Amino acid sequence: MSASNTTTITSIGAPNRRNTELALLVFAVAIPVFAYANVGLAKNDSVPAGLLGYGVGLGLLAAVAHLLVRKFAPYADPLMLPIATLLNGLGLVLIWRLDQEPSLGTAMAPKQLMWSTVGVALFIVVMVFLKDHRILQRYTYISMVVALALLIAPVFFPAVYGARIWITLPGIGSLQPGEFAKIIIAVFFAGYLMVKRDALALASRRVMGLYLPRGRDLGPILVIWALSLMILVFETDLGTSLLFFGLFVIMLYVATERTSWIVFGLLLSAAGAVAVASTEPHVKVRVTNWLHPLALEHGAVTETAQSRYAFGSGGLFGSGLGEGYSRLIGGIGSKSDYILATVGEELGLAGLMAVLLLYGLLIERGMRTALAARDPFGKLLAVGLSGGLALQVFVVAGGVTGLIPLTGMTMPFLAQGGSSVIANWALVAILLRISDTARRPAPSPAPSPDAEATQVVRNQ
Amino acid sequence: MNKPLRRVAVFCGLLVLALLVRVNYVQFVQADQLQNDVHNRRVAINQYAQPRGDIIVDGKAVTGHTETNGSDFKYKRTYTDGAMWAPVTGHASQAYGTTMLEGVEDKILTGSDDRLFFNRTIDLLTGKQRQGGNVVTTLNAKAQKAAYDGLGNKKGAVVALDPGTGAILAMASTPSYDPSGIAGYSNTDEKNWIALDKKNDPDDPSLNRALRQTYPPGSTFKLVTAAAALESGKVTDVDAKTTSPVPYTLPGTTVPLKNEGHIQCKDATLRNALRQSCNTVFGKLGADIGLKGMVDEAEKFGFNKEQLVPVRADASNFDTKMSPDQVAQSSIGQFDTAATPLQMAMVASAIANNGVLMQPYEVAKLVAPNLSTISQTDPTELSKPLTPENAQKLQSMMETVVTEGTGKNARIPGVKVGGKTGTAQHGVNNDKAPYAWFVSYAMTDQGSPVAVAVVVEDGSANREDISGGGLAAPIAKAVMEAVLDK
Repeated sequence: MSASNTTTITSIGAPNRRNTELALLVFAVAIPVFAYANVGLAKNDSVPAGLLGYGVGLGLLAAVAHLLVRKFAPYADPLMLPIATLLNGLGLVLIWRLDQEPSLGTAMAPKQLMWSTVGVALFIVVMVFLKDHRILQRYTYISMVVALALLIAPVFFPAVYGARIWITLPGIGSLQPGEFAKIIIAVFFAGYLMVKRDALALASRRVMGLYLPRGRDLGPILVIWALSLMILVFETDLGTSLLFFGLFVIMLYVATERTSWIVFGLLLSAAGAVAVASTEPHVKVRVTNWLHPLALEHGAVTETAQSRYAFGSGGLFGSGLGEGYSRLIGGIGSKSDYILATVGEELGLAGLMAVLLLYGLLIERGMRTALAARDPFGKLLAVGLSGGLALQVFVVAGGVTGLIPLTGMTMPFLAQGGSSVIANWALVAILLRISDTARRPAPSPAPSPDAEATQVVRNQ
Repeated sequence: MNKPLRRVAVFCGLLVLALLVRVNYVQFVQADQLQNDVHNRRVAINQYAQPRGDIIVDGKAVTGHTETNGSDFKYKRTYTDGAMWAPVTGHASQAYGTTMLEGVEDKILTGSDDRLFFNRTIDLLTGKQRQGGNVVTTLNAKAQKAAYDGLGNKKGAVVALDPGTGAILAMASTPSYDPSGIAGYSNTDEKNWIALDKKNDPDDPSLNRALRQTYPPGSTFKLVTAAAALESGKVTDVDAKTTSPVPYTLPGTTVPLKNEGHIQCKDATLRNALRQSCNTVFGKLGADIGLKGMVDEAEKFGFNKEQLVPVRADASNFDTKMSPDQVAQSSIGQFDTAATPLQMAMVASAIANNGVLMQPYEVAKLVAPNLSTISQTDPTELSKPLTPENAQKLQSMMETVVTEGTGKNARIPGVKVGGKTGTAQHGVNNDKAPYAWFVSYAMTDQGSPVAVAVVVEDGSANREDISGGGLAAPIAKAVMEAVLDK
């Protein structure tokens, strides 16, 4: 890391862009409110009764978050909070819109609103109490233990819809620990790699143009690989294992600057994926569905086919909110895994591209934060968090649209699911914290008694 | 650390780009295919999301709609006299798709046709519900009723054409079914649908026999052979004796071709041969004209080709590769010769229209919801199987059949009627009940307003050629009278 590369650090007196954030937040609140009214008009020919409450609620959440960012992270990135607010608001509208279909079961929007509030509360807690992201570095190995515990926990709980990714707590409901583990494991990787990166990068042998790591340095990567395979086998969760392994490879590559890790990672994940896909029946079904999306199953149209029809029927501009038939997808998935199908059908290609670009923007602002960060831990953590976000968006959206086999993960912020929305708000909070530290102007040098003399020398 | 970081940033950008490309592929490139996939329920939902346009006969709709609750589908199709009109309308069912005019003109009826784009846009801007256009048919309600009632409990079909234009005036098929019974999505509809299946009802009531069933035409095909004889010059004077032995030995074989009953066919004139329906005379004529001449003439009348009226009618068959004895048999409507009732009506209409065959059609025009005409069918000429002189010779022969021959049952006082009976045998050793045929036309001073073909499947056990005249001719007469308004 050289100082000349940190181009986003500008001179003293740089604007902190808080007013930009405020202006963007106004749109981020207004757009979902309009969408909400739109759904009501389309479905019941009237502006929904809860419009004011919803608007004020979302506005308040955004306002409180904004004020706290202004106070506790004044130099933080101005785009992330508005994007997260907009996606969360749109997600609420889409879930509420699907709640209007009796065939899809109980209403989920009120719950999701509650979880969103909890999420924003966690965002605020992180903002207020995490004064410096480097504090997290102290908890490297505790993070490892917690992350492992979270990842392994679902094995002891019953499978839901074929995947063991849930833990059920009586009285509270079910939790998807993988969402939290995503953040915590990024903390562990960042802390671990910061310490070990020199050993991993320099102590290596050159074989056929590639730097191969020493056996003992290879240990950890093999452990992570085995772990993600185990998640895949025991929890039959393709998405999470792909996410963790991909996350690790990305962070390893950034830490060591060695391309050989990528080659290694790709080979290992390919081998693992093929091995599991050909043996595990649950994964096999997913692959079959991916290869033949429109094929009938026992004479009935599959969920995969239904979601594809939803996308196709959306066309360029969509049917308009509330006027599509994504309910045909049926089941619980239409509000979570398949929520993008509703976006595609009702907002059309244009709306879907806009939503994907919002994710792209959020991811790239995270990457920019990593570039701007001045400490290696912050860099690694930022790239880990935003890289994880990127992988998750790719795996979910790619799965639903048929680019890759479908996996059981949820679209960050958009899809219904408490764990996901809470964890992602925390993720954004940490990214904002890192970006605040990165963009904060360097403190002006203390006045020195030698200053004047030095100046005289310079003037000559 | 920044170099790999930038690469990772680019990689993540590529992931998002891949997603963007993918959604463009699904929602733009594949969109049409996905939107119209048979398993995409939106197709059916949209079809029934607004009242369907109507199918109109004589200014009155024979279709309607009713609102349904409790399913994805808002409107259900209803039919007036559904069984009578089923061969024309077909059915539009929420569960079982569309057939016949309901199927061919589905886009007009649902309002999704591109030609209705302007209407749709206006509706969109003014906030009105999308509407379907109407299909105005050429059918004549009275003729249709006469045909349907005439067939009664018998199994068969009737097609009546306006020879001058090709407009279809009647198209009946029995036994029929009421499409109202399968229009919805309920258990009753399902029960009715299963009952209609050929496996459960050997009578196959949903088969449109007028267009989709070919029958051996029997002696009615002798009209085509007579036309070929006149056109080829083998016969110039219909009242001159021909050289026809009885029995006639099929060329290249020792098999004798006989006549039905005791009729005087030896060296009979063409007029007499047609009046009495002499197999020997027409079998020999066919063999003398030869394969090419017979095929050419049959194809000029429309054989060996599907007709789109615009509902598809099966192609009638006259083999193009045969030995001379097979040509002889085919020329009296046996062997592999097979014709739809529409085809035989076309034969009669071409003769009645002085040798000009018009393209048959059943849709007069398509009308937008605001009653402006979207498209109109102009009568078009299909071919000229006969010269006007030869056509008139054949007309006078057919009139003899009705006044003095086997077709007496079709006589209408004060109107010149020409016709030809037919009894087609089928089954191994001809053991099944024969098909009774009758094709005819009526002629007034202004030309011929109607040509009709009738086939009744379960004709009486009487193998005499007369059964065509006995069973089928009265139905043809009733249809002609309905058109003549008598």
